Amino acid sequence: MAYNCVVLVKQVPDTKSITGEAMNDDGTVKRSALPAIFNPEDLNALELALQIKEKFGGHITVITMGLPAASAVLRDSLFRGADEAILLTDRRCAASDTLATSYILSCAVKRIDYDVVLCGRQAIDGDTAQVGPQLAEKLGVTQITYVEELLELDGKTITARRNIGNGWQQVKAELPVLLTVTGDANEPRVAAAKRMMKYKNACTPFEVAQRIKAENPDAVEAEIKELVANRCSKLAESGSLIKQLDLDIIEADLAWCGQSGSPTKVHRIQSVVLAAKESKQIEPNEQAISEMIHDLIDDKIIA
Amino acid sequence: MIDVNRKGEVWVFAEQHNGQLEDTPIELMSKARHLADKLGVKLAVVLLGDGIKDLAVKLMHCGADKVYVAENPLLRAYQTNSYAKVMYDLIHKHKPQIVLYGATIAGRDLAPRIASASKAGLTADCTDLQIGDHTTVKDKKVHKNLLFQIRPAFGGNIVATIINHDRWPQMATVREGVMMMPEPDETRKGQIIEEQVQLAEHDLPLEILQEHKRAKKVDLKAARIIVAGGAGVGSKDNFRLVWDLANCLGGAPAATRAAVDLGFIDHDHQVGQTGTTVRPSLYIAVGVSGAIQHQAGMSHSQKIVAINNDPDAPIFGLAHYKILGDLNEVVPMMIKSIREKS
Repeated sequence: MAYNCVVLVKQVPDTKSITGEAMNDDGTVKRSALPAIFNPEDLNALELALQIKEKFGGHITVITMGLPAASAVLRDSLFRGADEAILLTDRRCAASDTLATSYILSCAVKRIDYDVVLCGRQAIDGDTAQVGPQLAEKLGVTQITYVEELLELDGKTITARRNIGNGWQQVKAELPVLLTVTGDANEPRVAAAKRMMKYKNACTPFEVAQRIKAENPDAVEAEIKELVANRCSKLAESGSLIKQLDLDIIEADLAWCGQSGSPTKVHRIQSVVLAAKESKQIEPNEQAISEMIHDLIDDKIIA
Repeated sequence: MIDVNRKGEVWVFAEQHNGQLEDTPIELMSKARHLADKLGVKLAVVLLGDGIKDLAVKLMHCGADKVYVAENPLLRAYQTNSYAKVMYDLIHKHKPQIVLYGATIAGRDLAPRIASASKAGLTADCTDLQIGDHTTVKDKKVHKNLLFQIRPAFGGNIVATIINHDRWPQMATVREGVMMMPEPDETRKGQIIEEQVQLAEHDLPLEILQEHKRAKKVDLKAARIIVAGGAGVGSKDNFRLVWDLANCLGGAPAATRAAVDLGFIDHDHQVGQTGTTVRPSLYIAVGVSGAIQHQAGMSHSQKIVAINNDPDAPIFGLAHYKILGDLNEVVPMMIKSIREKS
């Protein structure tokens, strides 16, 4: 039996390579100064979906919510083996916290026929690990968090091994389910050269419009509209059109989206400056080190 | 979702597995006690499970005024849906203003499910909690005595204070090891309230086939002295220096994520954002550059000694004793000096 998988991915700033230049004076982060990457554990989620498809067959839809530029992670997903990519973008999504995000995603996922929803355990920009479980609740499906290995799919049920910190647990649940996948689950494959050739022009209607406007600077709006429609239908024929959705299309209740749908608000942001109150330079010789050890014994730090 | 409710209690979810309380919710208790006192409300603990009522006394010794106990055979093993349902029902019955969870494996699985069902806010992985006022930008309205949920974000590069002024309860998970275990006071008394639980088989959608738990190889949280090695140590063989220095101090060997990823030592020894948070009396960082993610796990150490041959290593920024030099020379000198003095 084949399984339909939906994989939720996120484009994130590479927080591992933050330097001083990426911080504003008020302690906030200049997102634009950071390289945008595919959230690492979302790649593990995609890899698991690809393995399911290879073994059993089925269809993989990748969805991301983000700015128009987030289409980069969708192209990457197509290169790696996804069948279909959807960009969910809308200004009214701005300032969504995890609750609003999970609501918006649930509206998009509900439109798809799925057996398994896969998410990375957490995203490296927020490290909350909340959207997966919240989305499972909104969809009304069973969640299996911290999945390390998929053991069995038998048409009706799934068996998986999950990491429980100081050990593991094997659990079985009826489909559909939502899995959150850890970085230990697998080694994500790299993009396939053949698929990169095939999907190199894959883009969203937004990107098509941008290109057409650049190519035809003097065209009036009606002409542009027609050109965009033509180009989009050509891309769709070759499977290279990344579908683009907004909150109206997914029929989301705006009260639960963006700022109004987000109970948590930022009160204050501070940059982290950790510093010792007083510090001593110790020369790397026996006498200085012996004096330091002596100090530590005097202070009862060393017994 | 419940309405803003100034009389509501402060709650802590007391996570237990097989009758054994997890450390993190207990660590939370002294902070939660402080929040409840500041708000002038009761501190209550919620205990779910089967045959676990005896744990209530310990929770009262740790500061709880009330313990809500829900016992049911269906709550014997932790499962997301069954625990979330009972918590949801209790929250809507008693309307607490604050609900806190340990940011444990189960806590981070459970709390978001409850938050979603309750349409309430939830802040993950807090490192501190305070009570304070917030003025909303739009209408300049002052919201008094809110829970300040303080957490690192962007890989630990910033600290954000999050609030939730309208859709209550205010909920947060709190990082393991960042708050101090309270001293139990055995004279403290409290009230035990038994709660009836409405559960059916369909609230337990998971079948737990097998479970394997292993003891941690090291208890970093309990160690008074920690010697941590970083990638700068160079090799697994050379990591012996870290073990030797730890041994002669009666301390525990630890490592940065880089050293763990290089295979120098097991992940159980990892200190930092994705490892253990520690607060020992003495932290000796050997060949540790001091990435912000590592600092997040050890900056509360009482005294920090850093040995590094790079004068620009960020670890020197928070060290009390800075030794700029070759660790292969400095560590043996330290071992020799300690042996001579003891």
